[in-house]
Amino acid sequence: MNERKRTLGFYLLAGFFGLYVLFLYGPTITIAVLSFQGPNGGLTFPMNGHSLHWFANLFEPQLVGDFGGSLERSLLLGAMVMVTTVVVSLSAGLAYRKRFKGDTPLFYLTVASLVVPSILVSLGVGLMFSQCGLDTAWYGSAFGAQLTWTLPFGLLIMFAVFSRFNPSYEEAARDLGASSWQTLRHVVLPIIAPSLLGVALFGFTLSYDEFARTLLTAGEDNTLPLEIFAMTTNITTPVLYALGTLTTTFSFVVIGSCIAAIAIIQRRRAKRAA
Amino acid sequence: MSTVPVAAERAALAAAPGARGRLNVARAAAHFQAAPMAMVFLCFLVFPIVAIVVVSFFDYDSVQIIPRFTLENYRELLLSKVTWETYLNTFRFAAMTWAVTLLIGFTLSYFLAFHVHSTLMRIGLSLVCTVPFWTSNIIRMISWIPFLGRNGLLNMALLRLGIIHQPLEFLLFSDFAVVLALVHLNTFFMMIPIFNSMMKIDRSLIEAARDAGARAPQILWNVVIPLSKTGIAVGSIFVIALVMGDFVTVRLMSGGQSASVGLMMANSISLLQYPAAAANAILLLFLVLGLIAGIVRSVDIRGELTGSIARARAADE
Repeated sequence: MNERKRTLGFYLLAGFFGLYVLFLYGPTITIAVLSFQGPNGGLTFPMNGHSLHWFANLFEPQLVGDFGGSLERSLLLGAMVMVTTVVVSLSAGLAYRKRFKGDTPLFYLTVASLVVPSILVSLGVGLMFSQCGLDTAWYGSAFGAQLTWTLPFGLLIMFAVFSRFNPSYEEAARDLGASSWQTLRHVVLPIIAPSLLGVALFGFTLSYDEFARTLLTAGEDNTLPLEIFAMTTNITTPVLYALGTLTTTFSFVVIGSCIAAIAIIQRRRAKRAA
Repeated sequence: MSTVPVAAERAALAAAPGARGRLNVARAAAHFQAAPMAMVFLCFLVFPIVAIVVVSFFDYDSVQIIPRFTLENYRELLLSKVTWETYLNTFRFAAMTWAVTLLIGFTLSYFLAFHVHSTLMRIGLSLVCTVPFWTSNIIRMISWIPFLGRNGLLNMALLRLGIIHQPLEFLLFSDFAVVLALVHLNTFFMMIPIFNSMMKIDRSLIEAARDAGARAPQILWNVVIPLSKTGIAVGSIFVIALVMGDFVTVRLMSGGQSASVGLMMANSISLLQYPAAAANAILLLFLVLGLIAGIVRSVDIRGELTGSIARARAADE
């Protein structure tokens, strides 16, 4: 197939792919441009001059509620969810390489966790806390509710990793007298490190952007997505776009550095192998 | 296997030396390794659903939940015409989004799997499709405003081209906008599983079909589609489940003019009518799980998601 000449089909499909990418990124680029509106500019084109007015506006506390505080909480929560997702998914992934009692129910629970509507998890966790007389908080109930969304992705990635994992490396380590812990620490973990970075990326970004599961579980203090959602109903200036552009840029930086780290690890390995 | 804590291993080796003992230790360790995940799902998925079931049978007034058994919530829910209209509307959104994401997702995956041949290019292009999934959904919805609004880019372009003479009003804050945003947000969930399935198709099967005289559409219909069935099923499950439970997209993109089950629940919740929302949640859960069970029955979802782990393990036994 490789050597065959590129057909008309190829160009049609490539064109379709290009259009889809435009569809995917077009709106984001549009608001990025519009967030540089002049002070008198509106929510749509034309641009009325250009300025950093709306970005500056973002940091005036009276205008956009608790932007700084919610950002801080979202970052902390994202970090907590990320670490937990990596550790718990890795651990469960290792368990699934063996047989254990309840592996089938746990698998279906994982799938259920993905398909049960977010608002239901949010409502359920909220009700459970209130019925038990506990207060909901972003670091407790919202943290748990978000894990029901990130852990399934983590475990599915571990499945993909371990189904391609060659056990002869471990056998070799064991034959050389390594303990199980040493084998995990010095053989398995370094091999799967790039995939763990991927799991971390899922854990952080999905938590950082989660709305529905946090809505009824965050308690008194908002996370960033809740703050943004509240803004959509009462703010009609480009400050909304400035906030959108800022958080998207931040996401891009996180995603970019994660992918770059994975790429660097892989390249080093390829070099060493050569 | 290899991941047993040292102390546990030593103890077990003393008790039952030899390979058999080692296997038992590994099994015991597996339970410990799976326990954290099981605990999270138990505490934040199973118990909350139990809480919803319990509360759905509770009474309430305008300020609080009253723990007294009643079937009134379900009676009210099931006998109301609004409920069924809302469910119908939600099904409509789900069906439209499903059809469009399937078409787009399949085409994109087909291009990536069969027309892009360099691995690096393939990874790069699938990353391009994945990156937005890691950014904020709410921001991505807001981003449609300058495009679809009354004075938005699309209306301006159509006016300038002379295709329309008055701005189209239905672009933003309408069912059209809702489905557009749902497709925008969820095509990823359809595309990736289908792409995975397609990458597993043995290329020699396609060569064989071609050698036997099959033309491209025949290969697509008789080879590629049947062998991508599992991916299509997994993608469909994702999209249907996500759309059936959605309320943010419907709220933001319809500007409050359209209804969905999630939005109906959110409204009950904002009125502090938790038991009513809970009864609705249970009905939604049953319908979503029913739909998914229907899809799952036609494919081996476990084999698809766990990869060769299950097979390798079976061979181990």
